[in-house]
Amino acid sequence: MCGIVGLFLKKEALRPRLGDMLTDMLITMTDRGPDSAGIAIYGEESGKLKITVQSDTPAADFAGLDLALGEALGAPVAMRVVDTHAVLNVPLDAEAPALAFLDKRGVRVMGVGESMEIFKEVGLPKDVAARFGIRAMGGSHGIGHTRMATESAVTTLGAHPFSTAGDQCLVHNGSLSNHNDMRRRLARKGIYTKTENDTEVGAAYISSRIAEGATLGEALEGTLKDLDGFFTFVTGTKTGFGVVRDPVACKPAVMAETDDYVAFASEYRAFADLPGIETARVWEPEPATVYFWER
Amino acid sequence: MDKTPQTLPRQSWTFSNEVNSEIRRAAATGIYDIRGGGAKRRVPHFDDLLFLGASISRYPLEGYRERCDTSVVLGTRFAKKPIELKIPVTIAGMSFGALSAHAKEALGRGATLAGTSTTTGDGGMTNEERGHSEKLVYQYLPSRYGMNPDDLRRADAIEVVVGQGAKPGGGGMLLGQKITERVAGMRDLPIGIDQRSACRHPDWTGPDDLEIKILELREITGWEKPIYVKIGGARPYYDTALAVKAGADVVVLDGMQGGTAATQDVFIENVGQPTLACIRPAVQALHDLGMHREVQLVVSGGIRSGADMAKALALGADAVAIGTAALVALGDNDPKWEEEYRKLGTTTGAYDDWHEGRDPAGITTQDPELMKRLDPVAAGRRLRNYLNVMTLECQTIARACGKSHVHNLEPEDLCALTMEAAAMARVPLAGTDWWPGKPGF
Amino acid sequence: MQVLDLSKTDLREVNATLQAQRADTNQTEWVIENPRGSHAVAVGLDAPISVTVKGSTGYYCAGMNKLATIHVEGSAGPGVAENMMSGTVIVEGDASQYAGATGRGGLLNIKGNASSRCGISMKGIDIVVHGSIGHMSAFMAQKGNLVVLGDAGDALGDSLYEARLFVRGTVKSLGADCIEKEMRHEHLALLAELLERTGADAKPEEFRRYGSARKLYNFNIDHADAY
Repeated sequence: MCGIVGLFLKKEALRPRLGDMLTDMLITMTDRGPDSAGIAIYGEESGKLKITVQSDTPAADFAGLDLALGEALGAPVAMRVVDTHAVLNVPLDAEAPALAFLDKRGVRVMGVGESMEIFKEVGLPKDVAARFGIRAMGGSHGIGHTRMATESAVTTLGAHPFSTAGDQCLVHNGSLSNHNDMRRRLARKGIYTKTENDTEVGAAYISSRIAEGATLGEALEGTLKDLDGFFTFVTGTKTGFGVVRDPVACKPAVMAETDDYVAFASEYRAFADLPGIETARVWEPEPATVYFWER
Repeated sequence: MDKTPQTLPRQSWTFSNEVNSEIRRAAATGIYDIRGGGAKRRVPHFDDLLFLGASISRYPLEGYRERCDTSVVLGTRFAKKPIELKIPVTIAGMSFGALSAHAKEALGRGATLAGTSTTTGDGGMTNEERGHSEKLVYQYLPSRYGMNPDDLRRADAIEVVVGQGAKPGGGGMLLGQKITERVAGMRDLPIGIDQRSACRHPDWTGPDDLEIKILELREITGWEKPIYVKIGGARPYYDTALAVKAGADVVVLDGMQGGTAATQDVFIENVGQPTLACIRPAVQALHDLGMHREVQLVVSGGIRSGADMAKALALGADAVAIGTAALVALGDNDPKWEEEYRKLGTTTGAYDDWHEGRDPAGITTQDPELMKRLDPVAAGRRLRNYLNVMTLECQTIARACGKSHVHNLEPEDLCALTMEAAAMARVPLAGTDWWPGKPGF
Repeated sequence: MQVLDLSKTDLREVNATLQAQRADTNQTEWVIENPRGSHAVAVGLDAPISVTVKGSTGYYCAGMNKLATIHVEGSAGPGVAENMMSGTVIVEGDASQYAGATGRGGLLNIKGNASSRCGISMKGIDIVVHGSIGHMSAFMAQKGNLVVLGDAGDALGDSLYEARLFVRGTVKSLGADCIEKEMRHEHLALLAELLERTGADAKPEEFRRYGSARKLYNFNIDHADAY
């Protein structure tokens, strides 16, 4: 139960402002989700793989992490520490050994991707955004989430966005009613989730469908048949973002589009500061309909 | 010649006569059984708990002389005008429509004499009940029958009903017989048709929306009225926590023995948790949020006596609510109508076809002739007496445990007679210091 | 004209000021500036005043309105004019879900589109939507009139009671117990009046009427699958 925001920029010149715009949108959704907040930002690709990790004791865990990982991979690793998170840049072909190394070191992997970075923590959205300096981040698109936890714990790992595959992430407003059974079905296929959270199951479902060869559109289409309950999903990929609502479509969702951007939010309030919103096309996504924007 | 010994005819436990009669009824009519009331099956209940009482390690208070307070204030979190009750037992929501106008009046009279509140129901507020209830809680339900801002403002509190213990997640059905001209007028329905109630509110879903709905209700009523949120006993930990996060002043938690005007029997008997099992998780949620006693918890569903009340309070509730027990106090299922119950194919104590409008006691009916059987003044006095007895009983127990206020009863004042009750109430099995699930064992 | 600026004055004060106006007030013209999608704007009003909201609103704008005329010069969020008793609410832009939910009287005039569940459980209100409406509109609608100049989404009028639905465009699908009905003289007259009052550019003859088949009114085993 939550607030969702998403912003997909069509105009190159706006990219430096992505973090700033998303932060304002996120903070307006505080009432819908005061427990925790998170954001996924799709920034510049640098020819490296970005691994966002998190630690509750960053000073101890991140000290020398880049050097140790670089040694293990036999290649230099750059690290940017941002509060409780760090973004590690490793060679594109080093994902598996890097993740194995990080798992052994006991740091939590938030997400992996060529352009995606994920930052999420427990706390009020404004505080979370400030801790990570989201305002200063640029990029092509991003999605954010404020959480009012329903059944799973209020922890960093329980915060959204959830990422279960490279450059893919998902945020959710609603409550799935068959996620336990779906979690077991995915586990039988060798896909394991890290939390009790229903949204992570949604993310893992979508990733597994894509891994099996489905397009993102087909995977989102599949949620309508295979996931039960109430959901508005917003999902990000390296090149775009998509939206789907369950057939009952009780949870709020509103979109705005101009020549410069496509925006998504749980409430119109989140759009109030967007440039040109007065003349934007504003509409609500239809139930059981997949929307997708790609750059 | 000796007869060959024969096995006595043996009834199946699985296919009992009762089960078979229901199969035959379903086969003949093609519709599930609809009835009123709450769960009739035996579930672990307050009867399975006992108070320890004081002796040498604890000192009791003297009955009748040393004060044992029973007052409770509901709605202290945000409301400018919280509700102050003399006794920690209130009358649960029951609609005009399900009940006759006389019955609603009697509830108001009895509760007011005893110093407590009554609650409207799915059908709007009548002048009778507003007039006779000093403190009236106005329910805000999915149907919104009779909902209007004037009644909202003349209520003393607003109860947003999310669910009922008899049917968490369910709507309702009031059969056409009870939709008389007056009931239909209040509900904007044609006379005599079945009234189908929705299971979700028409204009919000989930706690994030509920928070905004509560804001609207507060803005309409100038932030004066306490806002209750009523939930059925489904997932009491999460639901209590979310009601608090959404901004509730009071959480009303109704276990599966809680009654209803009319729902499928299969729903009443098979969905939801016993009241006893709901209290500790709800109290835990309040503790985890630092809101125990800040947001008040009212527990209902099968409360019958001062002992039940004392046990609910000891487990952490701030007050209890009664529905079925109040109807019995008014005269529901009274043996004096036995002959008429038999004509309806039932018997005293088993009559539950409240939705059919043929209640011999004149309580769950809109039939003018039957309604006359209930004298609202006399019935109100009976309810007052019963509420007073409940309170005296609760005080008796509290004093025996050395408490000068009934709210000072604690889980540690209790023990359990059965493993089930020990696990659900999280109090030790009698004679031990252990309960199933206790950490450290 | 009195101006209330939501960027400077908090919601409580704005609503309290408007709610304090009595039937004989001289201050009949009000403007609310900078709503920026705020919730519960101008709710619970109870006087024949006119309130113009300069921008878009969040949930429950004009909730439980009595007598007042509230004009939203933008779009309205979920539950605009919910449970309205009387008066008029005009939305220049689009309305979100649950527009006019459980409304008992008055007129809700939406110049743009309304999304899902428009007129859900309506109990006497008149709703005119100049654009189209979303799915499950007029679900369990009991009384009043819903007029749609554009199209209607899935399951229009599901479990309908006695509300009257008029749609000029297409209806994606009808809900359980909702059927097309004959447009009689009194319906054309009613439509003409509502179209005129809302400044709608349409002729009564262009509409079709939908209403309850009344098959769910009393339980019948042959209709059990419609429940």
